[in-house]
Amino acid sequence: MPQNRSDKPLLEARDLHLRFGGVIAAAGINLKVYPGEFLAIIGPNGAGKSTFLNICTGYLRPERGQVFLEGREITGLPPRTIANMGVARAFQIPQLFTDKTVEENLLLALAAREGFWRWLPLRAKDRVEEGQRLLRALGLEPFASFAVAETPEGVRKLLDVGMALALRPKLLLLDEPTSGVSSEEKLHVMDTLVQALRAQGVTAVFVEHDMDVVRRYADRVAVWAEGKIMVEGEPGEVLKDPQVLATVVGVEE
Amino acid sequence: MRWPLLLLALLVLGILPLFLPWLGFVFTLALAKGLAALGIALLLRAGLVSFGHGLFFGAGAYAVAFALREPGRGSQEATLLLLLALVVGLVLGFLVGLFVSRYRGIFFAMLNLAFSMVFFALLAKFYHWTGGTDGLRVPTPTVMGLVLERNVFGEVLFYASLALVIGLSLLLHTFLETPVGKALGAIQTNEVRLEYLGIPVQRVILLTYLLSAGLAGLGGGLTALAVGHVVPELAYWVASGEFVYIAILGGIGAVPGPLLGALVYELIRTFAFKYLAYSWQLLLGTTMLLVIFFAPGGIWMLLGERRQRVASK
Repeated sequence: MPQNRSDKPLLEARDLHLRFGGVIAAAGINLKVYPGEFLAIIGPNGAGKSTFLNICTGYLRPERGQVFLEGREITGLPPRTIANMGVARAFQIPQLFTDKTVEENLLLALAAREGFWRWLPLRAKDRVEEGQRLLRALGLEPFASFAVAETPEGVRKLLDVGMALALRPKLLLLDEPTSGVSSEEKLHVMDTLVQALRAQGVTAVFVEHDMDVVRRYADRVAVWAEGKIMVEGEPGEVLKDPQVLATVVGVEE
Repeated sequence: MRWPLLLLALLVLGILPLFLPWLGFVFTLALAKGLAALGIALLLRAGLVSFGHGLFFGAGAYAVAFALREPGRGSQEATLLLLLALVVGLVLGFLVGLFVSRYRGIFFAMLNLAFSMVFFALLAKFYHWTGGTDGLRVPTPTVMGLVLERNVFGEVLFYASLALVIGLSLLLHTFLETPVGKALGAIQTNEVRLEYLGIPVQRVILLTYLLSAGLAGLGGGLTALAVGHVVPELAYWVASGEFVYIAILGGIGAVPGPLLGALVYELIRTFAFKYLAYSWQLLLGTTMLLVIFFAPGGIWMLLGERRQRVASK
């Protein structure tokens, strides 16, 4: 789904700055994310990729700069408010409710979107049906009644994304959706995920270390280095750039 | 299933006091503490321990005593008095909750303790209003307009408490199945994720706190009516600790747990006090050790496990 540049950006970051003590995490980040696109963020460890996601979701407050969602400023709003405005987030290490089953985790996320305060059971008929559709879309049906602690990492990753999708977000921020997943599982996880995202028409920004995944799934890629965006463009071109290869992929080669 | 067993327990609970009237009194006190322990159990689900619910228990009890002290102004009707105790618990719970719902862990526990100790001190020091450490007498109120003899009132109060507790248990049971009820456990396991789902965690805690305080207030009101006397000790930290003890003894996994815990606790206390006057805490301590080591889910879980084991054979 190639983006249309005449569209207004869904998310826009302007001149974000943030330091942790002496470590520079953001040194003037400017980025626009357009509706419908899949934008990959790549870069070495410590380049400030996760920090960017944390600023966009309100977990961190930038020292300088602003974040806009559909033209409305959201800088420094709490995560809960930003989530309710349509920005969902999935985590590098799955953030699940370990006291509950896979299905209950998803149902609670669905309830968060609608009817949370209503005096109806979590397992209300409509919600359970929607939950089952989502479980099927993610291929998690066989694990529905499993306690999350008993499931493999691939399942937990998908569930983590599923909970974000349950919110029917406009924008989904994914922090390394394939990290911790075995290489055999990787493509399966991404295929399932991308299919579910496309089906809902969700715009996605994902931090990724695997260049095969980036080439295969990203419409556009932004390269992070030392708190700045080094290059931005189509994966085919950007990943040929020798300077990019040196900073990002250099370690692997 | 534990439920047939529960039904049996309810039957025994309902019938025994007909033959042993003094048991009715013990059971009423147990149900009153059970209500407070239920409130504690709600908070424990979210991983929050309150060592200060004696505040609401005491406030409910004193509200009843104050209302009955002035026949001209206060109400004489038991049902209204219990409603008053509930409302006092809810209102105080809301006010204190606004403050404590921002805290977690040890700070939450200690802040609750602090509030309750301030209240305890006020009850003990403002002698002219509260009767100081002597407390206040609670005359027997009317029931639906009827003037009853003390012992008849005691019996009526027991059965009314039993009905009330059953009704509230069913209500709480459905509450725990709602998204808000389910979110309680999630607060303990992953509060950050709840925030990222757009759920206002602090408001969930405030609501739960308010409910728990209402339950404790009602329990205090029942105690005041049953005993016929209120003392500052109802709000003392030992009372608050009792509620936590009872909740863990009975088990927080399901609504009947804390109630069961309260019955066992009151029975142990009554008999142990009789036969082991100076060392009855030894029995309470040993019981708690056994529960923690062998049945961390409390008596309720123990019952379930035994039944399951039998069923699987």
